[in-house]
Amino acid sequence: MSERPPAIRLRGATIGYGDVPIVRDVDLTVGSGEAVAVLGSNGSGKTTLSRGLLGLATVLDGEVQVLGAPVGRLRERGRVGYVPQRHSISGAVPATVREVAGVGRLARLGLFRRLGATDRRAVVDAVAAVGLADRLDDPVAALSGGQQRRVLVARALAAEPELLIMDEPTAGVDAASQEALADTLAAISASGTTLVVVTHESAPLAGVLTRAVVVDHGRIAYDGPLSGAAHHDEHLHHHPPERQPAGYRMDQPTVTSGPRTTADRER
Amino acid sequence: MGLLDYDFMQRALLASLMVGLVAPAVGVFLVQRRLSLLGDGLGHVALTGVAVGVLTATSPVWTALVAAILGAVLIELVRARGRTSGDVALAVLFYGGIAGGVVLLSLAPRGQATNLDSYLFGAITTTSPQDVAVFAGISVVVLLSVALLGQRLYAVSDDEEYARAVGLPVLGLNVVLAALVASTVVLSMRVVGLLLISALMILPSAIAQLLARSFRETVLLACLIGVLVSVSGTATSFYTGTPSGGTIVLLAIALFLLVTSAVTLRESTARRRHRRRVDVHDAHPHEHGTACGHPPVPHGDHVDYDHDGHLHAPHHTGRGVHYDEHGGHPVAAPPNR
Ligand SMILES: Nc1ncnc2c1ncn2[C@@H]1O[C@H](COP(=O)(O)OP(=O)(O)OP(=O)(O)O)[C@@H](O)[C@H]1O
Ligand SMILES: [Mg+2]
Ligand SMILES: [Zn+2]
Ligand SMILES: [Zn+2]
Ligand SMILES: [Zn+2]
Ligand SMILES: [Zn+2]
Repeated sequence: MSERPPAIRLRGATIGYGDVPIVRDVDLTVGSGEAVAVLGSNGSGKTTLSRGLLGLATVLDGEVQVLGAPVGRLRERGRVGYVPQRHSISGAVPATVREVAGVGRLARLGLFRRLGATDRRAVVDAVAAVGLADRLDDPVAALSGGQQRRVLVARALAAEPELLIMDEPTAGVDAASQEALADTLAAISASGTTLVVVTHESAPLAGVLTRAVVVDHGRIAYDGPLSGAAHHDEHLHHHPPERQPAGYRMDQPTVTSGPRTTADRER
Repeated sequence: MGLLDYDFMQRALLASLMVGLVAPAVGVFLVQRRLSLLGDGLGHVALTGVAVGVLTATSPVWTALVAAILGAVLIELVRARGRTSGDVALAVLFYGGIAGGVVLLSLAPRGQATNLDSYLFGAITTTSPQDVAVFAGISVVVLLSVALLGQRLYAVSDDEEYARAVGLPVLGLNVVLAALVASTVVLSMRVVGLLLISALMILPSAIAQLLARSFRETVLLACLIGVLVSVSGTATSFYTGTPSGGTIVLLAIALFLLVTSAVTLRESTARRRHRRRVDVHDAHPHEHGTACGHPPVPHGDHVDYDHDGHLHAPHHTGRGVHYDEHGGHPVAAPPNR
């Protein structure tokens, strides 16, 4: 027994929406400090599984423990960071990158405390870690889709969480930023943070994530070293790991020396 | 005689100042969570409260406050249960509130229910010194709550799911916000009337969000605009003899149209300026690159090229590449909505 409780512990857990089970009868333990990739095809239940860990999907059966407490009972939930799959920056009212990322810090501060100097520095560092330092005070709505995803990653990083759950943090993010993210994750993983990363492209993060869990039709089809996961993950057959992830913007200029990571500022 | 020589006008202006400050400070959060009509719904519920007050001969301000807060809490609980959409719950409140109010008022003894209009459309000049005191109390409570909880309210309004995931007390904050809205509704009852309350919560932030870059800026600007239209509308209504509520709302709408067209104009001239710049460099002899001889200058997240003293940033469009002037400092991105 390690002194710290496992970061995640599922026993016969069934998770779903309403009364419809999606992830069924899952046993999974993630030790403190582990770095786990969650793989699987579209609709297999990866997002549902991670939402179950956050109390956003209903635990219909079995038990789900996060950081030693049943899900929803954890007292200081600021210890958990989360990057949702669907990006949901509302955009109805303008907000800056700094403000959105700052939300990540709030949960640690209880109900009334304001962001102090340390908190503000953590926010700036988190934004810098995703390569948006020069956009700190720009409205989020003026950023590209991939940049907005990076803001959400920064929001999770700003919490300096013990457990970081990321749902496809690299989707729509260009190769250079993926590498930067990999470096950031490597650093926080080394400092003891537990990582659970849902992804379709484990290659860019292969240096960080050591263990893989493959979800298939709501059940865990594989649990072991990342290198062995390829045979179990249908998706990886179609996209062998050597393949460089393609940036999702087709109009990225090739004349610049470094990869251009921003959408054109002109539109 | 001037405006301020009348006691009732002094009170009216004081009331409109408070409303102008408070309503937008709460309204911004409603706009952000796309619940702009919540204020309206609670305004209707407040009418039931007013009717109860009239029937039981208690002060309608208090009964309206109680009714609006009960309605607010109810609607948040319904929304949280998730079985009924916020939309439908609002509709039920809307109609239930106004129907209840009208029916109850009809039961009041003759001669007592005559001032329905003044609650529906406002009657700022009837503001009594006691009203002013109550309004001041409500204003202080609401502004303090926003100052204290603003960041959390922002977090919940911005991304409720994330807030829940990281353990912010989402339901509690939603109930607090709804209660703040309810208090604002009652506060605004005299000034703009129950039917026009949402306008003063929503319009100032609709204007502010066209101009501001951050949430904080939006809140402050919205409050400023709110005070401006509320006080000047009340003053105008004194001279024109028009109802204060309608006058204030028309002023706000005029300002909204003005700012919208100014922003549109600015964007279209920005487009024209951009095109002119592009003309100059359309006949660019080469594509800048590592070997072209123009020094590359890293600029934020991309590379500009120093072209005879000005910075060129490659701009790839469907029609090929042209070069934008990036000057010496980052250009602000135009709002892309
Ligand atoms: N909010 C919801 N309510 C009901 N069913 C849902 C909901 N969200 C997802 N589902 C269902 O749950 C199943 C698993 O969805 P989930 O989002 O967990 O897949 P995923 O593995 O994350 O897929 P992807 O790779 O596309 O993100 C799907 O069949 C989907 O239809
Ligand atoms: Mg998913
Ligand atoms: Zn050149
Ligand atoms: Zn030039
Ligand atoms: Zn251009
Ligand atoms: Zn530039």
